[in-house]
Amino acid sequence: MHTLNDLRQAGQRGLIVDVTGDDAVSVRLMEMGLTEGADIELIGFAPLGDPAEFRIRGYRLSLRKAEASRVTIELL
Amino acid sequence: MPAAVPAVSTRSLTVAVIGNPNTGKSTIFTALTGMHSLIGNYPGVTVEKKIGNFRHQQQDVRLVDLPGTYSLSPRSLDEMVSVEVLLGRQAEVGRIDAVICIADASNLERNLYLVSQVLDLGLPTVLILNMWDVAQSRGITIDVEKLSQTLGIPVIPCEAHRHRQIDAVKDAVLSVAGKAGVESPRVFPAVFYEEGKQLGSQLQEWGEPDVPFYVTERLLLDVGGQIESSFAARFSTRLTEALAAARERLKASGFRVPAAEAKARYAWSRQVLTGIMVVPQQQQVTSSDHLDRWLTHKVFGLAAFVLIMFVVFQSISTLAAPVMQLCEAGQQIVGDWVSSLMSPGPFRSLLVDGVIGGVGGILVFLPQICFLFFFIALLEDCGYMARAAFLMDKLMTKVGLSGKSFVPLMSSFACAIPGIMATRTIENRRDRMVTILVAPLMSCSARFPVYTLMIAAFFPDMAWAGGWITLRGVLIFVMTFFGAFVAIPVAWLLKKTMFRGETPPFVMELPSYKWPSVHIVLLRVYESARAFVIRAGTLIFATSILIWAASYFPGDHTELNRLQEQVDETKVSLNTEISEKAELEKQKSKLSEKGSAPELAAIEQKLAAVESKLEPLEALITTKNAMSEHLLETSYLGRFGKTIEPAVKPLGWDWRIGVGVLASFPAREVIVSTLGTIYSLGGDVDEADSGLQNALRESKWPDNRPVYSIPVAISIMVFFALCAQCVSTLMVIRRETNSWGWPLFTFTYMTVLAYIGAFLAYRLFAFLL
Repeated sequence: MHTLNDLRQAGQRGLIVDVTGDDAVSVRLMEMGLTEGADIELIGFAPLGDPAEFRIRGYRLSLRKAEASRVTIELL
Repeated sequence: MPAAVPAVSTRSLTVAVIGNPNTGKSTIFTALTGMHSLIGNYPGVTVEKKIGNFRHQQQDVRLVDLPGTYSLSPRSLDEMVSVEVLLGRQAEVGRIDAVICIADASNLERNLYLVSQVLDLGLPTVLILNMWDVAQSRGITIDVEKLSQTLGIPVIPCEAHRHRQIDAVKDAVLSVAGKAGVESPRVFPAVFYEEGKQLGSQLQEWGEPDVPFYVTERLLLDVGGQIESSFAARFSTRLTEALAAARERLKASGFRVPAAEAKARYAWSRQVLTGIMVVPQQQQVTSSDHLDRWLTHKVFGLAAFVLIMFVVFQSISTLAAPVMQLCEAGQQIVGDWVSSLMSPGPFRSLLVDGVIGGVGGILVFLPQICFLFFFIALLEDCGYMARAAFLMDKLMTKVGLSGKSFVPLMSSFACAIPGIMATRTIENRRDRMVTILVAPLMSCSARFPVYTLMIAAFFPDMAWAGGWITLRGVLIFVMTFFGAFVAIPVAWLLKKTMFRGETPPFVMELPSYKWPSVHIVLLRVYESARAFVIRAGTLIFATSILIWAASYFPGDHTELNRLQEQVDETKVSLNTEISEKAELEKQKSKLSEKGSAPELAAIEQKLAAVESKLEPLEALITTKNAMSEHLLETSYLGRFGKTIEPAVKPLGWDWRIGVGVLASFPAREVIVSTLGTIYSLGGDVDEADSGLQNALRESKWPDNRPVYSIPVAISIMVFFALCAQCVSTLMVIRRETNSWGWPLFTFTYMTVLAYIGAFLAYRLFAFLL
């Protein structure tokens, strides 16, 4: 199973399968549009390597690796 | 759900404004209401209450601005405020007649998530599609008419920053306000609504009638949410058990809480927009995207960040400094003017030293607050602030904070007050609290006078590397970063103890860059300045008066007043000599640079002649200063200083330093003038005054040992680096946290830290040197 952290090159895309966990962080991720079937693209990383920037549902979202690891995806 | 009441035009309508962050909500709010809005806090929380008014078609409308949010599922008391206001359960706001929901037209799919929750509230609603121009520039088309039909509410495309369509918004609000509320779009499967109904009747059975549909919905959806907690107090485990059972049943029928909510709402959003919104297949690369590639680049991004921060803070200090000097000069002029009008006495002292000094002490912070907020508002409004947090996040996680804390902490190097006010951009409460609590440890500009005085008086003027590195410069540098260095373990400790909890997620939207709105930027500056002056200012002022009274009473000032009158009179009669002396000194300093010996000697001769004429005045001033020293020594403040001398002795201090520290409670830099008073120089000295430096060096203990030594100087500097001797900061903490507990805590922990730090520094350097 792949997670968002498996996107390494800018422009790589994936389809979201699930967000693991039922806690506030997961709920927050889902509220921001990271739900099953959504298309997500890596835009790049911050200069210090973390967090990363993604494009989802037409806007840009920044996530740390710790949060990105909760998001399972299917590579496109 | 409140019953729908027909609109009565004699009554003012109350309309709530809600929307995602970065949708230009505040721009619309000000476009609707103008500059005048009432700002306060909701009781018990840190949420700002902002209310504005407008009149349209003979109808008064009261607009309540709610904090920007991505969803209406309250997880904390702060988030609960918006829900309470919308449900009409917030006593200070009252019933809501309509909701204006603001969405970003260029990002509608995600924005409709909040819209669907707002529609579930069943209130009359108007949807504004702001940033219409941005959407168009991206080639996005939206069929507004059809969207309005599908949602069953008025939808208005808007470009608030150009003040377009503002009247259409007002028309729409009046057309729906007070009418029947909207139908819920019912985004969940029927089984969910069945459970909701059951829960409602269950609650009615338990003596809780008329629970709004939205509340039962949230009770089912938010596991351990704020609404559940607020109910749990009344129903103990009964409710928790009922909810768990209901969720279990929902799960069995394929509706897994909490994941199902987001899934259902986003599915609804997609479905609504099908055939209504067309996004070009090929993502257009906008100029914002190009800019972002550079500004978040590994090398150029960091370089740009450093450059932007440098320019911002450099301009704050260069722009604010002259205005601050102007404030101080103004204070001096007004003080002198009042002094010249009145004869010496307690009333004049109260006015000049208490009132004018107190007001000056507040106003002197204003330039920095204004300039810092100007830049923060500018960076925020154009979209860079989110990038700054993005760039700095990794660094800040090392101390357990997030990137959003960087700018407030950096700002605190100029002054903790605007820094603490800037923490409003941190949405996580724990992070915000820790940032507020360590911000006063950053070395602010008020510490410089203390450092400068101590370093100039006790450290030799040594230089290395051809004058590029000086001992004094290195010391100033070390002292500047000492506080920040101590802040690292303090922040870490606070995160490990009082604000324990999982690391908050860094789920942050990176909005598109746009040109900042001058209006919004200036409004932010005005609002922060007003908030500071009115709410922190009054308390700062009161404290200044209190400290003045403690240092003035109970001594008999008649003798001092007589001396002061004599000084004033002598000054008037010797006016020509005084100005002659000043003129000669100016010439002398000019000449000593160029170095023409005979001319210099002539000037010095003249100067000596003038000085001998001024001798009676000097003698009078010396007597007067000795008198005021005695009065301070016997004042309540002085007596208290003597009482606490045993407590400050371990730090190497005598009672005079103790009194100086006590009297500088309103503001650190006050210690310089207090020491001036104590060492019989009068209060009008500054840190560069050689008389004060000499007085410190010559100060003795009763057994003739010098009071000051390098370890004592270091001990004082360390104390001032770590202490919370700044009423303004404490009052701003009170304002921002809406509690007296946090300023008290800040003062206590910093004073303890400062005491221990000063003690260790004194012992260490006494041992080493």
